[in-house]
Amino acid sequence: MSGPAPQSVKDYGPLLYPALMLLVFFAIPFGIMIAVSFFQRDPAGFYSVDFVFSNYERFISSFFGKVLSFSIALAVLVSIICTVISFPFTYLLTRLKRRTQVYWLVGILSVLSLSEVIIGFSWSSLFSKTAGLTNILVSLGIMDSPTSLYPSFGAVLTAMVYQALPYTILVLYPSLARFDSSYLEAAKTMGASPVRAFMNVMVPVQRNTLIATLIMVFVFALGSYLLPQILGRPQHWTLSVLITDQAIYQSNMPFAAAMAVFLVLISLALIGLTLLVGREEKVKT
Amino acid sequence: MSRFGTYLFLGAVALFLLLPLIVVLGVSVNEKQSLTFPPEGFSLVWYGQIFTDPEWRSALFNSLILASGSAILAISIALPLSWFLWRWYAPWANIFRLLGVAPFILPPVITALGFLTFWATSGFYGEPWTAIVSHGIFFVTLPLVTTTLGFTSIDKSVVEAASTLGASEMTTFRTVIFPLILPYVISGFAFTFVLSLNEYIVAYMSVGFTMETLPIKIFNALRYGYTPTMASVSFLFVAVAALIFAVVARFGDLPKLLGNHSGEDVK
Repeated sequence: MSGPAPQSVKDYGPLLYPALMLLVFFAIPFGIMIAVSFFQRDPAGFYSVDFVFSNYERFISSFFGKVLSFSIALAVLVSIICTVISFPFTYLLTRLKRRTQVYWLVGILSVLSLSEVIIGFSWSSLFSKTAGLTNILVSLGIMDSPTSLYPSFGAVLTAMVYQALPYTILVLYPSLARFDSSYLEAAKTMGASPVRAFMNVMVPVQRNTLIATLIMVFVFALGSYLLPQILGRPQHWTLSVLITDQAIYQSNMPFAAAMAVFLVLISLALIGLTLLVGREEKVKT
Repeated sequence: MSRFGTYLFLGAVALFLLLPLIVVLGVSVNEKQSLTFPPEGFSLVWYGQIFTDPEWRSALFNSLILASGSAILAISIALPLSWFLWRWYAPWANIFRLLGVAPFILPPVITALGFLTFWATSGFYGEPWTAIVSHGIFFVTLPLVTTTLGFTSIDKSVVEAASTLGASEMTTFRTVIFPLILPYVISGFAFTFVLSLNEYIVAYMSVGFTMETLPIKIFNALRYGYTPTMASVSFLFVAVAALIFAVVARFGDLPKLLGNHSGEDVK
């Protein structure tokens, strides 16, 4: 809902401060970062001004290709696992009493807001030899002696699913809350089993929501930078880790900036795709 | 799905989400300085250490100042912006809404690096206040979303009634609009506060070498070996987050804030 067009310059007054803040502290830093990606590295300071493509040329290396394809594959895997769990989960959640939903939502928000440091620390305890899951298995007599389950790919994957799951649920929540369950009732009346009704009616109807969720969670998972460091080996490092590493520890800000610009382009392309999917949905209905 | 299957599935997801927290809670009450689970003995000494150990205490204070400062800053930006976009028809001004939402959708390392280059270039790198500005901008999305939702749920006829009765724009805002959107402002504050308390990478790239917030402190401590204090701080954080969200749910409509507009129970 919006009122009339602003009548005079004075009406724009309230916009001045927020606009200025966002331009100075978001648009300008972003612009500087793009500029720095064309600068030269200065081992003594942060960078020296220049205009070179060498930071981007470094992408054409097998090491960078490996990190990039690993990051993408990991994010795809996290996104698929989270969506497969969250889709039926969130549907069931929206069918609960509103009061019960509130309890779940408080819990889900609390896990969502957990620091990546804390998630990494908790899972490293869970996977550790002294305080971990294997101790429970030993006390149940399933295993002989406790072992450490990290660093490993499985540990990184589990923790990243844990991190992204609450996000996935909250991305799905609004559209699934709107879903009219009479579709499912109709399918059941005609003799479909609940699982079949879900797969054959719910999934096709929510196709666009599912695609949008997969992409959103993929972008979210691309941003994970601490879990691969805490729970993985160096070969499990992602692009986000590499950017941090270059910027802070190798003090190569121009190369870090070039990788960040590249990451922005991937993310923006995918977010643009979700907007297109959303638009298509609006045209249809 | 059968009723039993439904509960089994919901229960399994709940267990997965709770499992790390249970272990953290267990580790945090160990009597000796060891990370064992199930805990050996029971002691709250590691909780006390957050407040008595000068390093943990100063990290706690830094985090609290950062979280409240950035939440206030985020609201001061979001509130006039969402009010303007609601009050006036100015499609081009939506570019600022986009600027406000962007840092939250892009991978955080990008915003973090943007701030690092910005503070380094402007010469303020390492100043404690830069963290407040960085977080305030990074999290502006949250109050922007909640206050936008608040404004759209105001019945415009109420506002018209006020101006028909002779209230000026300022009076209408103060006496009619502001009380109506206050719950949304508070929840925006709460979301920003909790997320800022937990945020690592943006804080680290802005002030990581001069100031320790709790997440930075935990990560630094991780490298030099584990202590149960890390577990007690982690559990304290979860408890604070749950408490704040519970308060938001108590005074506001949490399902609606998160996009469930159906209003009542659905069958």
